[in-house]
This record gives sequence, C-alpha cells and structure tokens, in this order.
Amino acid sequence: MSNVTWVRRRRAIGRFWADFRTHRAGVAGLVILALAVVLALLAPLFIDSSVTNVVSGTGEKMAPPSLDDPLGTDESGRSVLLMIWWGSRTSLLIGFLAALLSMVIGTVLGIAAGHFRRWIGAVILRVTDWFLVLPSLVTALVLAAILGGSTATIIVAIGVTSWPSTARLIRAQTLAVEARPYIERSLALGAGHWHIATRHALPNVAPLLLASTTLEVASAIVTESTLAFLGVSANKTSWGTMLRGSYDWGAATSGAWWYILVPGLCIVTVVMAFTLCGRALETVLNPRLRTRAHA
Amino acid sequence: MTSAVEELEQTPVRHGLLRYAATKAGGALLSIAMVIVATFFLFRMLPGDPVRALAQGRNMTPEQLDLERARLGLDKSIPEQFLHFVGQTLRFDLGVSYEYKRPVLDLIGERIGSTLLLTGTALVLAVSLGLWQGARAGWKPGSKFDKVSTAISLVLWSVPTFWLGLLLLMVFAAGIGPIPGMFPTRGSSSVDKPDGFAGVLDVGQHMVLPCLTLVAVVYAQYLLVMRSSVIDEVGQDYITTARAKGLRDDDIRRKHAVPNALLPTVTLVFMRIGFVVGGAVTVEAIFSWPGLGQLFYEAIRVPDFTLMQGTFLLITVSVILMNTLADVVYHVLDPRVRSA
Repeated sequence: MSNVTWVRRRRAIGRFWADFRTHRAGVAGLVILALAVVLALLAPLFIDSSVTNVVSGTGEKMAPPSLDDPLGTDESGRSVLLMIWWGSRTSLLIGFLAALLSMVIGTVLGIAAGHFRRWIGAVILRVTDWFLVLPSLVTALVLAAILGGSTATIIVAIGVTSWPSTARLIRAQTLAVEARPYIERSLALGAGHWHIATRHALPNVAPLLLASTTLEVASAIVTESTLAFLGVSANKTSWGTMLRGSYDWGAATSGAWWYILVPGLCIVTVVMAFTLCGRALETVLNPRLRTRAHA
Repeated sequence: MTSAVEELEQTPVRHGLLRYAATKAGGALLSIAMVIVATFFLFRMLPGDPVRALAQGRNMTPEQLDLERARLGLDKSIPEQFLHFVGQTLRFDLGVSYEYKRPVLDLIGERIGSTLLLTGTALVLAVSLGLWQGARAGWKPGSKFDKVSTAISLVLWSVPTFWLGLLLLMVFAAGIGPIPGMFPTRGSSSVDKPDGFAGVLDVGQHMVLPCLTLVAVVYAQYLLVMRSSVIDEVGQDYITTARAKGLRDDDIRRKHAVPNALLPTVTLVFMRIGFVVGGAVTVEAIFSWPGLGQLFYEAIRVPDFTLMQGTFLLITVSVILMNTLADVVYHVLDPRVRSA
C-alpha cells in the first residue's frame, strides 16, 4: 500500500468522525455501548458464574431492592444485580456473534448475487427472497428447538434467519458499483471474479455494512432474549433467561417488579444504544440519507 | 378518468395482469415446495433416533418403537421417506400429535379462529394508527410531532414483545400499587363464559392486553415505513404544483401525498407479515391465548415434533400466500407499477 492511500484513508476517517460527532444521539449510543461492553468484559475480575448458582443465593427469596441487594433478589435468593451483570456477557456475546454470522452470509451471498449475472445470481436471489418471506422468529424457534439450545446453536439459529435483508442491500450496492466504468477498465486489464469482488465491490459496500451490522446486533439481542424467554435456550444466564424465570415464578402477579423491570430495561437500553448508533452511522455513510437530512 | 379511456387501457393491462399473477403464483408454489423440502430435512436433523426423540421420555417397548418407525415410514430409505412425507403433506395429513394424541390438523382447526381474531384486530388497529401517525410525521419532518413519533417508535422497536407483555400483565392484570388488576391474566374467555353479548364482552376484555401488546410492537414499524414513504413524496413536483394552485396544506397531504405514499407502504406492511406472526406467537404464549401461536409454543416446550412440524408448515405457507396476494393486489392497484 502506498503512503498516499493511507493519508487519504486517514483523512476519510477523520471526516467520518467529524460527521458522526454531530449526531448527538449516535454519540450517546456509542458511549452506552462502550460502557456495556467494558462492564461485560470486566465482570470476571469481580464475580464468576457462581452468582447464577441456585444454591448459592444468599439473600431472602423474592426480596425487594435493599442495601444488601440493590436490585432485589429472585426466586432462589440470588442477587438480580449480579445476575444481570454476569448475564450481560451472554446477551452481548450472542448478539455480536449472531450479527457477525448474519453479516458474513449476507455479504457473501449479496456480492455473489450482484456479481454473477446469470443463473447463479438468479438462484441466490430466489433463495434470498424465500428466506426473506419466512417468519424469522418462528424459523429460529424451530431451529433452536431441533438443534438444542446451546449458545452456538442459538447463534446459528439467529444468524441463519436474519441475513436476507443484508444480502438484498449488498446486492443492490454491488450492482450499482459494478455498473461503473472503472469495473470495465478493470475487466479489460484482466481482473477475475475474485479481484472484482474483493477489491472493488467489498470496499464499496463496507461502510454500509458497518451501519447495518450495528443495527443487526440490536435485533439479534432482542431475538436472543425472545428465544430464551420462550424456552429454547439452554443458557443459564442471559437477560432473556432471567425474564423467563420471572414469568415461571409468577413475578408479574406477585408484584416483584424489580425482577421484571431490571433485565428488560437492560435489553431496551443496550438495543436502543445499538439502534441509535446504527442510525447515525447510516446517516453519515449513506449519501442519499445525508442530503435528505440537510434538506 | 372517463370510462372510454379506461376501456381502451384495460384490454392489454388485463392480459399483463394475468401473466403477472401467474408468474407470482408460480413463484409462490416454488416457495411452498421449498418449504416442504426444507421442513423434511430440518426435522430429520433431530439428533439421535427420531422415534425416540419424537416419543421424548415416554416409555415404549421395542415393539412399539418398531411399529412407530414403520408408521412414520422411518424403516424405508430417505428418498422413499421423502416421497411419503410429500404425499402426506399434499393431502393435508400433518400427522398425529404426541402430546394430544390427535391429528395435528384438527388441533390447528380448533385454534385458528382465535389467532385470526387476535391478529386481525391488532393488525387493523396497528395499520390505521401507524399509517395515520406516520403520514403526519413524514409531512413535516423535523417538527415536534415527527420527533415525538420517531422517538416513540424507536423505543417500541427496541422493546422485546414479551417484555412489554410482561409489563402490561404486571400493571393491568395483576395490578400494582394504586392500580387495580383490571384485565384477566390468561385465556380468551372466562371459565363460566356468559352467553350472547355478555360473552362477546368477556372475550373482548380478555383480548385487550394481548391486542395492545401486539399493536404496540408492530405499529412502530408501520409508522416508520409510512413516514419515509411520505417524505419521499414531499419533494415531488406534483406537490409543488398543488401548492401553487393554492390548495390547503391538509388537502395536499390527504388527497395528494398520502394516497401515493399509501400503496408502497401497505404492500410493505403485508410483505412483512412474518414479523406479525412472530409477535403473535410471543403474545399468545404470554397471555395463554388459545391460538395457533400458543399451540406452536406448546409444541416447542414439550417438545412435540409432529405438532411443531405441522404448525410450522401451516404458518410458513400462509405467510407465503399472503405475501403473494399482497404482491398481486399492489400490481392491480398501482397504475405506475402496471405500466412499468
């Protein structure tokens, strides 16, 4: 790589950051996200998985928030605060990995569908549309129920059902990129499929991919919690599993509001942070939206 | 448009429409075939012996297991099994539920009415509210109304359906603090359901919370779609013309911008019907609403794989059919697509 490209790239990143900074909601989302991730990463330094152990619950059962347990306890006397902290690791991990899987599938198939014009593209597009129509939550539930509810299968179940919209986005973008004259020039110089896909299509779709991955993490976290709540996850701790517990133990009818409110608020906060961040990224990176916002 | 002009235009259009509908129907058939094939292989991926998995913990003698294997055709080769499965499915034979010991199709028949009632009501409310609010928000982007609407939909979009259901259950069904429990926590009617109008009221009262949850979650999406659709129209030339003619702002919005923005939005609404179905499963599970979603949820909890397979097939096939219908109706209604 020559020096000039790097200088240009550094400048582009600087411009991007200057633009992003003007979106207050996006910056707020980013700060919350960074905080959540740091807390999740630091958790093992202070607590371990024993906080989720049913027999090691120290507090009273279903006790409201107090000085001992700032966010109350659950049906076995475990601290809700510590469980939330430990559970954030599962929720965030599954959210990130499922979004990553979905992005990889979506990008590869999207670029392929846009690049190969003949029957390969048509077949991929057809399969994408088929997946797009399927009710994703229902399909993910069936997948998780059949494959068993380990963390890996939950990630697969979410990733396999959520890639189609990305694939469509990437395909449209690839088509637009490949219609430009410099692709023709590249072809004339003897570029192959691989070169066009990785050196021209991919770098051009990468910015959009970043925005859509961020939004995808948000919906993956919601899906994970829903799958856990509906009982197909074997995870002992995630925010969804906790809410499942609150439902099973009748927290709603016995007025144990802390047990329902706190895990749910965590989900909403993190999901909203990702969404705000993703939308800000989209506005900064998508020229069409940018002009519209200024108009 | 006069009738003479209409007649002139319609002959070729009808022809094109038929061809379009036929293509779409063909596509739908292909999709349904893909669903059946995928379902077959998906449910053969069950780890271990499928008969044991299907029987899940029930005590069965080896003879019973063999009998079961023969009944399911599992003693045959995979291609033979596949043909058997396809034949059964095409004859609407979805097998017998292990949990209920009854044909899956009968169970579905009993539950489908409740689901249609709940989702239908929720969909009508969500569409009307979402489209109205979205149109007003998109007409003046950046206004106070727009900011509040967008904020509400962003929050609702981030709220998991089941959590919203839990909150409503806690506040309005169980009652908290000064708020008394006003609505029932589960089911679609009381045990001693009264007859006549009182019975209708009883079902209505049971439906308030599940319906509210479903509306809240799906309406946010409709609002955002309609909003961006109207924003697209605002910059168009015909709006400027309408303004130049001196029409009132409200009239331009209601009679010019909204009808144009409505079509793509409504189609998109029905294209995303799968999202509503997912929401319905969750809502029915929380409020024990005796519908298809709850049946599916029970099948997953047990797990009862025949029931799961049957409900999964039915749900996906209906979603595909509704999508195709939306596609064709859009084509009929929107002259811009027709001529293209």
